[in-house]
Amino acid sequence: MDTRNDIKTFILENFMLGRNREELEDSVSLLDMGIIDSTGILELVEFVEKSYGVKIEDNELVPENLDSIDNLVTFIGRKTA
Amino acid sequence: MVSSISHRGPDEFGAYFDDYCALGQARLSIIDLSTGSQPLCNEDGRLWISFNGEIFNYIELREELEKYGHKFRTRSDTEVIVHAFEQWGTQCPERFNGQFAFVIYDRKNRSLFAARDRTGIRPLMYCRHGDRFYFASEIKAIFCDPSVPRKLDFRGLDEVFTWWTTAPPRTVFEGVNELEAGHYLTVVNAKLSTHRYWSMQFPTEYDRDRSVDSWAEELHALLVDSVRLRLRADVPVGAYLSGGLDSSVTTALIKKFTDTKVETFSIAFHDKAYDESAYQKQMADFLGTNHHQVRCSLDDIAENFPSVIYHAEKPLVRTAPTPLFMLSGLVRQHNFKVVLTGEGADEILGGYDLFKETLIRKFWARNPDSAWRPMLLKKLYPTLPLSGARARFYLETFYKAGLSQTDAYYFSHIPRINTTTRIKDFFTDDAKAAIGDYDSIASFGVDLPKDFDRWHHLSRAQFLEVRSLLSGYLLSSQGDRVAAAHAVEGRFPFLDHRVIELGCRIPPWHKLFGLKEKYVLKKAMRAELPKEITQRVKQPYMAPDSNSFFQDKRPAYIGEMLSEANLKKSGVFNADFVARLIDKCSRLSHAHLSFKDNMSFIGILSTQLLLNRFIEQYTMPEPLSVEVFTVWKDESTL
Repeated sequence: MDTRNDIKTFILENFMLGRNREELEDSVSLLDMGIIDSTGILELVEFVEKSYGVKIEDNELVPENLDSIDNLVTFIGRKTA
Repeated sequence: MVSSISHRGPDEFGAYFDDYCALGQARLSIIDLSTGSQPLCNEDGRLWISFNGEIFNYIELREELEKYGHKFRTRSDTEVIVHAFEQWGTQCPERFNGQFAFVIYDRKNRSLFAARDRTGIRPLMYCRHGDRFYFASEIKAIFCDPSVPRKLDFRGLDEVFTWWTTAPPRTVFEGVNELEAGHYLTVVNAKLSTHRYWSMQFPTEYDRDRSVDSWAEELHALLVDSVRLRLRADVPVGAYLSGGLDSSVTTALIKKFTDTKVETFSIAFHDKAYDESAYQKQMADFLGTNHHQVRCSLDDIAENFPSVIYHAEKPLVRTAPTPLFMLSGLVRQHNFKVVLTGEGADEILGGYDLFKETLIRKFWARNPDSAWRPMLLKKLYPTLPLSGARARFYLETFYKAGLSQTDAYYFSHIPRINTTTRIKDFFTDDAKAAIGDYDSIASFGVDLPKDFDRWHHLSRAQFLEVRSLLSGYLLSSQGDRVAAAHAVEGRFPFLDHRVIELGCRIPPWHKLFGLKEKYVLKKAMRAELPKEITQRVKQPYMAPDSNSFFQDKRPAYIGEMLSEANLKKSGVFNADFVARLIDKCSRLSHAHLSFKDNMSFIGILSTQLLLNRFIEQYTMPEPLSVEVFTVWKDESTL
């Protein structure tokens, strides 16, 4: 399973409805760019938990883990290792 | 023109003509049923008026004007306006306690004077086209002259997708203007100018020694008097009863003035998440009212939405006006023309969550790295269906926006603006180019009171909420327009200017006591309302949004309005982007759809309906028969 590609597809299909797909760079802040809002973050968390069979703990709900594709890939890699 | 707005006043039709001016009137007869016909003139026929609304203190003003020697021929409030204009000139609106929009034509010098009430309860639109000026309660009347261009104003649309409304004088139609609340207008020698005569003014310092009980006592006395004035009518007056505090206050106060049962009206939703009927029944039983209810389903919202857009004449980002459109229909079915409602209490006395959020965000902004300051947000949403940490994370993410902009005049509204503006992501490149670098966020910051920067953060938020959402959306799209659609007039005791001015003087900490909203109002009404109502957690009025349009029996117009061909013809929204949004809305249940997606869908659908009805497929209304009009034609010289 290509984590990076799956996450990117999920974000494109759910949060980039009115945006050009080229704007989605792996390192940009999803919150700062307005790609994901607060509801979107929760959708993203649910997607990660269901797709990778992991449980995200309360103290892991921080931008350092969730706020860019790079951060998400690293975080999921750590959780599934 | 009159026929296009005959829904507002189906009781009588009148017209006045001379070589320079024509005035028309569709009257909803409420005061002086027998002699209050319009247009109406003064004793010598020099001043002619067309008026929509009520001057509640007309009896007192008439007595005062009679002392100055003015002679009256009718018992109407309309005639009081004419004489008040003779007596006090352009300062006359300052004397009126009411909800009004009127135009006075001076035959002698061929000038016009028009005015609108302080908070914009009654609408007044205008347009200059060629050498003509047009005035009307609704834009559709102006469009009855086919030579008037009907074009979308992209900047107006950009404002709606920032603030939920346009900033007057702009509307979403190019060249058509709205007179701003608290303003009057003159046309002299073909030159039109507007002037502000009233604005909310908050102090920069407060009386810290005066007790909340003392403020509550004054507020109670004023509310009683405000309701007394708003019961002046020659037809029966009913009341909306939402189950919340504000309409319970107004209904309880009506009871002071009548021995008969009050007739109350409310909305119930099939969807339990929005339904407040248990509280409505509790309050109706407590007050002993004859209660009437209209039940609103998802299908009802979809079916009635096009009519709501036709009446609102601007795009919406929520469906909430639709159930109120149905409610006014229920009122009319029971042969009522007038209802009192609790609108305005939240803005004037600190009821909205937005105000609490503003104070928490301001407190948080002083130490943005604090872990516990934003936890106060969780107190605002105790019923959020998320576990503790997730709820906190959600709220922090949402509300930390703009934390560094505490000096911005719109600081209080940044989270709402950030959500609403996402709709603009769906604009076509052409639409974006038409808007250019126009700054909609600045549009409500024009002409701010001189001490605004020194006001308390709650006061600034209140001011902005009244200027934007109350005036342009709650009193308009969700107020006058959907009530007038069924010839119903709403009256608003909390928007008596004396109550507003008192509300401004009451210190912020008596309005929001900690995070307890409308504290001084609850104190004022504690003897008259049950604790279950005064201590109830506030439930904001909302209606089901986009899922209303994705049910099995969805009306055909939805597919037509959002078809690729139609979207491309309108040229406002990118058809590919809209297709993705529709796909997401149809895939996900309502519970999983964000505010942003919901607002985007409603905003796009309502814009397409508006463009279709007023620009692309525009049809003239059937003219009324000439026989139904009472006509005055004045050819005499003065």
